[in-house]
Amino acid sequence: MDPLEIDEPGRKVLLMGNEAIARGAIEAGLHFCAAYPGSPSSEIMAALSRVAPHFGHYTEWSTNEKVALEGACGAAYTGLRAMATMKQNGVNVAADILTAMALAGNPGGLVLMVCDDPGGISSTNEVDTRNYARLADVPLLEPSTFQEAKDMVRWAFSLSEELELLCMVRSVTRISHARGVVELGTIEKIERTPVMKPEQRYGSLPPCPNHAEVKDKLRRAREIFETSPFNRYAGPEEPELLVVTCGTGWWYSTEAIQMLGVADRVGVLKLGTTWPLPERLLKKHLEKASSVLVIEESDPVLEYNLSALLSKEDLQAVAPSRLLGKVTGTVQGVYGPGVGEMNPNVVADAISRALELEAPSLPESLKSSMQGEIDFEIPKREVAFCPGCPHRASYWVMKNVLRLDGRDGLLIGDIGCYTLGFGRTGYYMSRTMHCMGSAIGFCSGMGKLARFGFSQPTIAVVGDSTFFHACLPGLVNARYNSSSFLCVVLDNSATAMTGFQPHPGTGKTALGEEAPKLSIESLCAGMDIPVQVVDPFDVPAATRLLYRALQKEELQVVVMRHKCAVLHGREEGLPARRVWVDAEKCVGEQCGCNRFCSAAFGCPALIWDEQEGIAAIDEVICSRCGLCTELCPGDAIRITEEEPRP
Amino acid sequence: MTDLRKDPFNLIIAGVGGQGNILASQVVAQAALMEDLNATIGETYGVSQRGGSVMSHVRITAGTPVGPLIPQGRADLLVGFEPIETLQVAMDFGNPQIRVILNPRPVYPIGVLSGDLAYPPIDRILDLLQKHVADLKTLPATEIAREAGEIRAMNLVMVGALAATGLLPMKKESYLKAIQDQFRGRTLEINQRAFENGYNAGPST
Repeated sequence: MDPLEIDEPGRKVLLMGNEAIARGAIEAGLHFCAAYPGSPSSEIMAALSRVAPHFGHYTEWSTNEKVALEGACGAAYTGLRAMATMKQNGVNVAADILTAMALAGNPGGLVLMVCDDPGGISSTNEVDTRNYARLADVPLLEPSTFQEAKDMVRWAFSLSEELELLCMVRSVTRISHARGVVELGTIEKIERTPVMKPEQRYGSLPPCPNHAEVKDKLRRAREIFETSPFNRYAGPEEPELLVVTCGTGWWYSTEAIQMLGVADRVGVLKLGTTWPLPERLLKKHLEKASSVLVIEESDPVLEYNLSALLSKEDLQAVAPSRLLGKVTGTVQGVYGPGVGEMNPNVVADAISRALELEAPSLPESLKSSMQGEIDFEIPKREVAFCPGCPHRASYWVMKNVLRLDGRDGLLIGDIGCYTLGFGRTGYYMSRTMHCMGSAIGFCSGMGKLARFGFSQPTIAVVGDSTFFHACLPGLVNARYNSSSFLCVVLDNSATAMTGFQPHPGTGKTALGEEAPKLSIESLCAGMDIPVQVVDPFDVPAATRLLYRALQKEELQVVVMRHKCAVLHGREEGLPARRVWVDAEKCVGEQCGCNRFCSAAFGCPALIWDEQEGIAAIDEVICSRCGLCTELCPGDAIRITEEEPRP
Repeated sequence: MTDLRKDPFNLIIAGVGGQGNILASQVVAQAALMEDLNATIGETYGVSQRGGSVMSHVRITAGTPVGPLIPQGRADLLVGFEPIETLQVAMDFGNPQIRVILNPRPVYPIGVLSGDLAYPPIDRILDLLQKHVADLKTLPATEIAREAGEIRAMNLVMVGALAATGLLPMKKESYLKAIQDQFRGRTLEINQRAFENGYNAGPST
């Protein structure tokens, strides 16, 4: 049985943080959830969609995060309980509606669930979205454990209804992408008839009285937070050092104190409600401590807010003589304060500094003793396109086309699996990598620079899901302003980087239902943009087509279409054939190809047999696509129809 | 309640994207739960499906659960799916008491395949580990998985070997039950066989 469907309050189950979040929404009687995928948030929607038939809620992979949040707002306006989930970058996309709608409020419970990625483990930035809570004037909850992830999300819906205001919950990678034991609660059945009555109107105009009203709602939130069980203290009555922490900072602080053996000297005030801050609660604890250390990831948001609060007259009296954290440089990661993830060691280091411990007795890792004996370099493991990835073929074609063209053409990149074109696996071709759809905007601007003498042709590379997410306004702009560039859509029929979620081009919805496929070609044709389609695995045809398109002095779209190898493998299994190196034909270094297969083309399944001095195939990871058999200049790689050895 | 030799017991499974690291850590954690222990798993993968490093921290406790990240130098057992990944994790999280079970089959980084970087000799890696850790066992897990019928079931072979060490208190049946809950059909059969073969393989020291 799916653990999310278990209706036994008190039962303990092992859940991924994102599943715990989904379960919290289910326990709250969720009606509607919309999202755009992005690590580390994607599994929330995946889990909710999995159990949607059982509970009857609606889930949707929306085209982008702004539309997702707007969809959830729409549902909340009719009185239903709704949630939008996204990663930190997504909140930037949704920020316009977030900052506007908060002014007017909502009747149904509305939760913005954000999963931040401190350290940018799977992101292009490590933006701390807690800053948005203050920016948009919405309450903010931060779970510290898997149990809290579930319980807080559940509570966020009723809090939102009580305040008639969106409630933001912020998780991070180490909660969302971790697993732990969660005790299940009761599942509320909330039967509501969605309706928007004539007197219900939600507009942010005029902003000023509305803004005052939302400030008043935040004062009510603060009152509620003063007694929230999500805020708790553990430690001595009058601690020498008070750690004020939230989110994962609580795990790490607890462990660091235990490692350092300073539990009798240090107390921990864990805050689950971090905007607005519970003033009286803080005052009570600040009175008893002269030194305060703030532990959080990644920006010093709590630290700044606490510091600002201390300027209030009634709090000045209890202001600690030392307020330590990232601003004071007491909390330092590998890259300096406010950069990268926290962990127990970073926190132990900060506590040692705050307590001025002379020699903290932390166990040494083996690094110090082993390092001196390592007489070789440990090769760095770069991420790479998977074996059989169509993007490798597309980048190979684009690399050759730009060489043939000879005008120092630029490949302007974007966000998706093809982001890896920034590295070795895409031959270091991508020149930019920022946010979804920006390649189109960049090229739209560059395509107008001929008047200043700019002569490098540009290729904007975007993916299929990205095309729908953020490329359409850019293309409209380029078309309307007669900008000239080549837009290449790498269509692998999936939002592959985040786990193969469907998008409008795939013909499937989050609930697994059939949907009318949107055609990239038709959309382009509708904008009067010339569009062609080619399979990147047909390398000669794709090279010819792309070269010709690049010579035209007008906006062009070429769709390079080939299904993601991993998705193809999942759907149809590996083809019954074997790719192998013909030892008679491969002459190794004598060939003159300079190890074309492994060194130049760079598929991870093409390895080198050091003993024999010839190429080899790693059958464990080979996808049996066979592209290398066509590209090998020595014609030494063979493909035969047979079931390979297991 | 099952006795833990250390609380929390800190296990790390280190490998490369696509090796089934996360499923392996889930099987261990589920087995622990079946014996009324608590488990927290911290997984570092990011975009690692694309061939990057993957590391799962599995922390087993008898009482209150602990956080998802093991502090430096505090791992008790390291199950390595790949030699250089294992070496690096041993350096960061290992201590002189750590025990290591290793599949010595390398997965070459693309920088090595391209000829720009060199993969260190496996014997050197084994020598170094042997010298600095309390116990090193190696197991040709990929070959054992091939014999079990699916080369990709290497992860369950390694879980079998882990179970056989007895370093964690869970019974063999609990692991098998966890595998049964996790998989269906042919995949289940293969994974059960892979686990059994790993369990019986008696990794060499």
